[in-house]
Amino acid sequence: MNFFQSIGHSSLKFLAKLGRSSLFFSAILTGFGYTLSRPGLLIKQLYNIGVLTFWLIAISGLFVGMVLGLQGVYTLSTFGAESSLGIMVAASLVRELGPVVSALLFAGRAGSALTAEIGLMKATEQLSAMEMMAIDPLKYIIAPRFFAGFISLPLLAALFSAIGILGGYLAGVELLNVDSGSYWSQMQGAIDFHDDIINGVIKSIIFAWLVSWIALFEGYDAVPTASGISRATTRTVVTSAFAILLFDFLLTALMFGAS
Amino acid sequence: MPCKPLEILVGLFVSLCIAALFFLALQVSNYSDLQDNGSYTVNAHFENVGGLKSKALVSMAGVPIGRVTEISFDSDNYDALVKIRIDARYNNLPSDTSASILTSGLLGDKYIGLTPGGLDEFLQEGDNIELTQSALVLERLISQFLFNSADDDK
Repeated sequence: MNFFQSIGHSSLKFLAKLGRSSLFFSAILTGFGYTLSRPGLLIKQLYNIGVLTFWLIAISGLFVGMVLGLQGVYTLSTFGAESSLGIMVAASLVRELGPVVSALLFAGRAGSALTAEIGLMKATEQLSAMEMMAIDPLKYIIAPRFFAGFISLPLLAALFSAIGILGGYLAGVELLNVDSGSYWSQMQGAIDFHDDIINGVIKSIIFAWLVSWIALFEGYDAVPTASGISRATTRTVVTSAFAILLFDFLLTALMFGAS
Repeated sequence: MPCKPLEILVGLFVSLCIAALFFLALQVSNYSDLQDNGSYTVNAHFENVGGLKSKALVSMAGVPIGRVTEISFDSDNYDALVKIRIDARYNNLPSDTSASILTSGLLGDKYIGLTPGGLDEFLQEGDNIELTQSALVLERLISQFLFNSADDDK
């Protein structure tokens, strides 16, 4: 009987958490106007979340692009189709790797930091202290962080793709002597602005919403102890990665499945 | 008021990322040739389009002058109706221009090659290209070749 009881218990717990996180999200949305009226808060968080993730994204993008270039030449040269390298690198970066890998890195770098920060604020009762002073922590603390993450990730994903394409150029054209003209011209011929680039940006916007929401909620909902915060941080990274990959599958099926 | 270094860094970050987005739009994708400086659409009926896709290039003398916008099956004539969008700069194509489906390279993409005719009238919006040549279907070509060589043996 205990087994069934535990199934019921954990599904009820899951539903309750989903409900709490949805309420939490709607509370963040009401903080939108507040964030706009205090751009200083937003800029500080854009620095913490966006600018500090910049180098991680830039360097990972470069290496992912270079690996794609090398592997692409290796595979394509068996058909004598090295000239299509540009298409392969750009399509895989713009459609998939750019949004997904940058979201995973973002969850690891910025998401975990957000959870730990909010969790510690909760554990040291800073959030309660703000409520005592009639400052709504959801508006003052959570909302600027959410919108900073929401703005940062799509920008970082675009940066990741752009640097990755340059990295592919470096590896394919400079190292392995693929023709530079065909790299760019085939890419421009095959990559469609609406189908590929806009869809990639839409993907990264959805991932940004997911990661920021999960990270902030886990921090806000953490058990206010040292081990509770550490578990919440782990959960942020795991849940974000899971949500990103799941949604990536759904979005890819929606956007590119029909063609 | 002196600018805070933090604000400058954030501004730099945002502008760099937006520059990356512009790079993707202009350098990586076909956005630059999407800009509609006017175009007109003509129709062409093909017996067999054999792997032609929409957005395929339309070229004359090897120079891209338009794109295929739509391919559909015409159930009245049992053939394929291909809509071709041609850049408005090239509005003086003779009305007896012929279209054929060609392949770039041995395994490359299919595209439509236009060959100019000799009439003084020009193609207009909604006109039909009357002279068309279908895609080369490899199997048909091989069977034709085999039949011919069998005839030669007699």
